[in-house]
Amino acid sequence: MSDVDVAEFRANTRAWLEANCPKSMRTPMPPNEMVGGGRRGRFPNPESKLWLERMAGKGWTAPMWPAAYGGGGLSVDENQVLQQELRSIRARPALTGMGLSMIGPALLEFGNDQQQREHLPKIVTGEIWWCQGYSEPGAGSDLASLQTRAVADGDEFIINGSKIWTSGADQADWMFCLVRTDPDAPKHDGISFILFDMTTPGVSVQPIRLISGQSPFCQTFLDDVRAHKRNLVYGLNKGWTVAKRLLQYERTSIGGGMGGAGRSSNELPDAAKQYVGLQDSGANQGKLRNTALRDRITQHRLNERAFKITAQRALEESKSGLAPGAFSSFLKYFGTEQNKDRLELLLQIMGNRSLGWEGDGFSEDELLTTRQWLRSKANSIEGGTSEVQLNIIAKRILNLPD
Amino acid sequence: MGLVLSEDQQLIRDTAKNFCGTHAPVAQLRKLRDQESADGIDRATWRQMVELGWSGIIFPERFDGTGFGYFGLGIILEETGKTLTASPLFATVVLGGSALMLGGNDAQQHAYIPKIIAGELLLALALEEGPHHAPYNIATTATRNGVDFVLNGKKVFVFDGHIADMLVVVARTSYDNASRAGITLFLVPANAAGVTCRRTLMADSRNAASIEFVNVAVGADNVLGTIDAGVSLLDDILDRACICLAAEMLGGAQEAFDRTMMYLRERKQFGVVIGSFQGLKHRAAQLYCQLELGRSAVLDALTALDERTADAPALASLAKAKLNEVYHLSSNEAVQMHGGIGMTDEFDIGFFMKRARVCEQAFGDIEFHLDRYASLDGY
Repeated sequence: MSDVDVAEFRANTRAWLEANCPKSMRTPMPPNEMVGGGRRGRFPNPESKLWLERMAGKGWTAPMWPAAYGGGGLSVDENQVLQQELRSIRARPALTGMGLSMIGPALLEFGNDQQQREHLPKIVTGEIWWCQGYSEPGAGSDLASLQTRAVADGDEFIINGSKIWTSGADQADWMFCLVRTDPDAPKHDGISFILFDMTTPGVSVQPIRLISGQSPFCQTFLDDVRAHKRNLVYGLNKGWTVAKRLLQYERTSIGGGMGGAGRSSNELPDAAKQYVGLQDSGANQGKLRNTALRDRITQHRLNERAFKITAQRALEESKSGLAPGAFSSFLKYFGTEQNKDRLELLLQIMGNRSLGWEGDGFSEDELLTTRQWLRSKANSIEGGTSEVQLNIIAKRILNLPD
Repeated sequence: MGLVLSEDQQLIRDTAKNFCGTHAPVAQLRKLRDQESADGIDRATWRQMVELGWSGIIFPERFDGTGFGYFGLGIILEETGKTLTASPLFATVVLGGSALMLGGNDAQQHAYIPKIIAGELLLALALEEGPHHAPYNIATTATRNGVDFVLNGKKVFVFDGHIADMLVVVARTSYDNASRAGITLFLVPANAAGVTCRRTLMADSRNAASIEFVNVAVGADNVLGTIDAGVSLLDDILDRACICLAAEMLGGAQEAFDRTMMYLRERKQFGVVIGSFQGLKHRAAQLYCQLELGRSAVLDALTALDERTADAPALASLAKAKLNEVYHLSSNEAVQMHGGIGMTDEFDIGFFMKRARVCEQAFGDIEFHLDRYASLDGY
């Protein structure tokens, strides 16, 4: 793309955003206004709906997907401009979820024409909310040992088993699911990747309460659930290939999203000024009163900045922007460990003010910190534990033997 | 963004890698040490580097420099870091060259920069006076004698001090000895009357010196920058020092890591290669992550020196703090994972640990830069 083309695309994009991004969509997003779409989609803020419709109309909820499937059809350069312009007006994401970040990219790579045409446009518009059927009570880090069975019956599979940590399953419309189709094959070779509608008879969902309180996590029970064979992705017993690739997207999404997970880049110093205070005289005037804590905060922020630069470098290094590879394990590992460290630091900074559970004695931000600290402990477990990511880095990047 | 090398930059890297591997490998440093070389560098190798254009890389074309900027120099320093090549590149080009580019007047630039590029003039920065980096803690005095000055004081840990032809001396022209005000930089010929230089042999077998100044007469035309207000020039030089040294450290940290990974894939104990042990794998993978963070910090900081200098102070502290941490860890893990052989002088890996520590102490250890980063950000 020539400099002139970039400049023109930037000018047009900026003008369109100025005219179409509602004012309230340029403010920080409260957690209850996250837009995941779906048949039962809720829009506590009506401008969220308008913003989603306008962005989806341009295909800019999935800017780099082909226009034929409702995507924006943008090049890497154009998308970079779009993202810069969105950031510059602090625009909220119009739509989030596993459709855009996981199953969509996987279908683009492994789905057949019919599957792409059926599912991708509804992901772009937010019409369908997807959930992930991967982990099972007996298959966590050792995901490939999963036991949910799918048995062929005419044009359909009959599925029996149970999935756990199915985020948002109580809201979702469709599930992408790993099932065992050949129990006699070596464990990686008997798995298939299948899609089904959550309203199919036999699907039932039970929410899970976490140490942090209410959560989007669920356990999903599958009892004689029938899924049509046209919804088998990438062929019988070849599901592990799809599963692994999708995990890379998931890791990039989890880890990359953690890079700047703080409320702002000055979150920790600002909190420290409020709860710890600065020296008001002497040789260390203007420095935090607690110098050991000051060093820890700074160490964390240096890592955060280096991590953001690394995520940017990874983006520039991957030509397509769509194929994260084993580097996603680095992003996942470091991004999540960093987020846990950030919240532990916030606890140190805020002292007992960060440990309120509920009620009037604490500010909303303080109560949120307690819950986020607890919730963050799952970051290095979900999507593959930190230990699993380190195994992958050792094997795939460092070529260390099994 | 300069986070990915352009074709030109890849060419510079490949040339540097090839040159250092062929003409200046770790074996050369070992030889200089074992033969007790008086210079501590190989002058023939330096001449070849000059012929490759490395001495002119940061200087603009009006001086017949190659104009590849600090990014270009950083790529080369990363490669010299991998081979632990002892050369005047850092002290003369990064420290002396930056001082002249940033603070020199026309006459000074035209007198000295062409000589640096031609490889005919070696420089050193005489800054430190104590056991820790303390750039404003200057007790060396420059007292006025008419329009001229008389220097008195003692400097330590001066890289390349004993081979330098010209010293950039940081001295105090007014105020007390811990203030940012009252600092002035001077160009002092190494052979000026009253200058005594003593080489100090360091653990890393590279060059440093203690230099004493007793009633050294310095002319007014040898003031570099502004009298009493040299501190911003000094800060700018030190940002370049930190970032370029971090680039060298990245090379050393990466090389120690790569050698260790090779060893983990080959060394057998208990009937298997030791790289199959999870106790080592996880540490290796964590170190890999740290190296990637360090690489990003260095590349972004080098870019800032060429393109957005307002970011340079914070990124200098980021790069130096991060590489202090990463080279420290990488060299420690390298010795530990090599086991007994890593402790032998015959094996090269120990050289990297020695170099790491000298680099860590140069221009600010990790605490120094954590403090500086926080202060720059107002907390």
